[in-house]
Amino acid sequence: MAYKIIAEKCNGCGSCEFECPNRAITAKGAIFVINPGKCTECKGIFPTPQCAATCPVPKCCVQA
Amino acid sequence: MTQNIVSLASIGRFNNKKPVTGCAASGNTSCGSAAGPDDLSAEVWQKVQDHPCYSEDAHHYFARMHIAVAPACNIQCHYCNRKYDCSNESRPGVVSEKLAPEEALRKVLAVAAEVPQLSVVGIAGPGDALAQAEKTFRTFELIHAALPHVKLCLSTNGLALPDHVERIAQMGIDHVTITINMVDPEIGAQIYPWIFYRHRRWEGLEAAQILHERQMQGLEALTAKGILVKVNSVLIPGINDGHLMAVNTAVRARGAFLHNIMPLISDPAHGTHFGLIGQRGPTPAELRQVQDKLGADAKLMRHCRQCRADAVGLLGEDRGAEFALNKLGEVKPFDPHQREIYLTVVEQERADRQKAKEAAQMAQTNETPVLVAVATKGGGRINLHFGHANEFQIYEVTSAGARFIGHRRTDKYCVGGQSDGNAFDTTLKALDGVACVLCAKIGDSPREKLAAAGIEASDHYAFEYIEASAITWYATKARNEATAASA
Ligand code: SF4
Ligand code: SF4
Repeated sequence: MAYKIIAEKCNGCGSCEFECPNRAITAKGAIFVINPGKCTECKGIFPTPQCAATCPVPKCCVQA
Repeated sequence: MTQNIVSLASIGRFNNKKPVTGCAASGNTSCGSAAGPDDLSAEVWQKVQDHPCYSEDAHHYFARMHIAVAPACNIQCHYCNRKYDCSNESRPGVVSEKLAPEEALRKVLAVAAEVPQLSVVGIAGPGDALAQAEKTFRTFELIHAALPHVKLCLSTNGLALPDHVERIAQMGIDHVTITINMVDPEIGAQIYPWIFYRHRRWEGLEAAQILHERQMQGLEALTAKGILVKVNSVLIPGINDGHLMAVNTAVRARGAFLHNIMPLISDPAHGTHFGLIGQRGPTPAELRQVQDKLGADAKLMRHCRQCRADAVGLLGEDRGAEFALNKLGEVKPFDPHQREIYLTVVEQERADRQKAKEAAQMAQTNETPVLVAVATKGGGRINLHFGHANEFQIYEVTSAGARFIGHRRTDKYCVGGQSDGNAFDTTLKALDGVACVLCAKIGDSPREKLAAAGIEASDHYAFEYIEASAITWYATKARNEATAASA
């Protein structure tokens, strides 16, 4: 399982990239994307997915 | 890009100046004529007198620049929707260019080469300068290495602040601004829906409680290290208007040297929570009432104009767009010589302006003060076309003196020569309560419209010093009225 970023919602702030413990998030043009191969939903590292917890836009980082 | 920000052309003496040695050329104008306010220690005054954001006098001559290297934020405010720049230090509804540290350096060098007045570079957003602190510090390091004379400052919501005080002190950052809107979590919960702290999201009272504690800790730690801390509060009518005195007491007790009140700017079009629920911003009169209650602090900060995170400029002029990254060609090297010349001119200008003001002043009278709006692009002179003014400087004037009390923003009503009727209404609103507008030039049509609204407009004092002109205008008017009455 992995998280994904809803492209139309992302404002490109980069908060999620900074918080992701697996470096699964990278910039793609003006927005950010999650590499599902690297995303572990933060399991075993943090109690909640960090991207979703830090993202300022509601329902922008969601389960894929 | 040949014209300098302070419109050096309007200060005719700039061109034929040689640099001099001595205090004027050293970059600190400690022998300047503007007296410090009574309640600031000499040490603090020394630090702020050339800071265009803090000193009432310096903001006429020195430029500041904000660079947008910090898009990420760690809290959510109801006056921000994160699609646009943070409205605490920035102008709402505006998206600024996001820069990597190296790009920011390039931009700062380009501005420094064009603008000898540049004396402060700040990082205030568009998110929080300390949410990804490494990026902010890296940028400051690059700038400090290239331009050691430039002062560095940063603005933060305070949540991450206690973790970085040591580093801030090491880097020689001597001014920090913290936005503190409450000292009571019950009130905080109405302003902040959530924070991101220690790897999780906190909401409601808990969030506000943590934020409050972190802000107070950070403030105390900074002032203990002798770093100047300014506190900004956003005035939100019905939520924290009655509470800001308590904020003032709390931040003063912890050593903040300035407490600045800014109006909430709220518009449904910005898509912020406050905008959407119809939470209004304060009227100019409400804002002034709170600022007056806080006394001397407000006097120092009334010219704060909520510049954008990527603003480049002095006073109401914003040249940010001119220095957009994609417009920068080959960057010219910074020339310290130019800056020395500029500092010499500023010394003389400051002294002359003070002299002109003193000469125009008469004995204390019991006249009723009136408000005069001034269109200026810096240098302490009336040197801006009415239609080009983004904002007006408001002075309270009698024949005994002119006191700067604040600035009011307007939408530029004249863009490319096209007059826009709606924007004129905004201008009229900004001029509410003003008796006269002093500007370098004004067209017949706006002059008539202003007259219809009971506002006099004069370009009689074009390119003269502001205070002396305002006082002379008042005295002339009073004399004419007296003559008319006795006739
Ligand atoms: S935190 Fe949200 S808005 Fe910001 S870059 Fe990541 S997905 Fe986009
Ligand atoms: S859920 Fe965790 S691991 Fe996956 S992208 Fe978000 S922060 Fe990275």
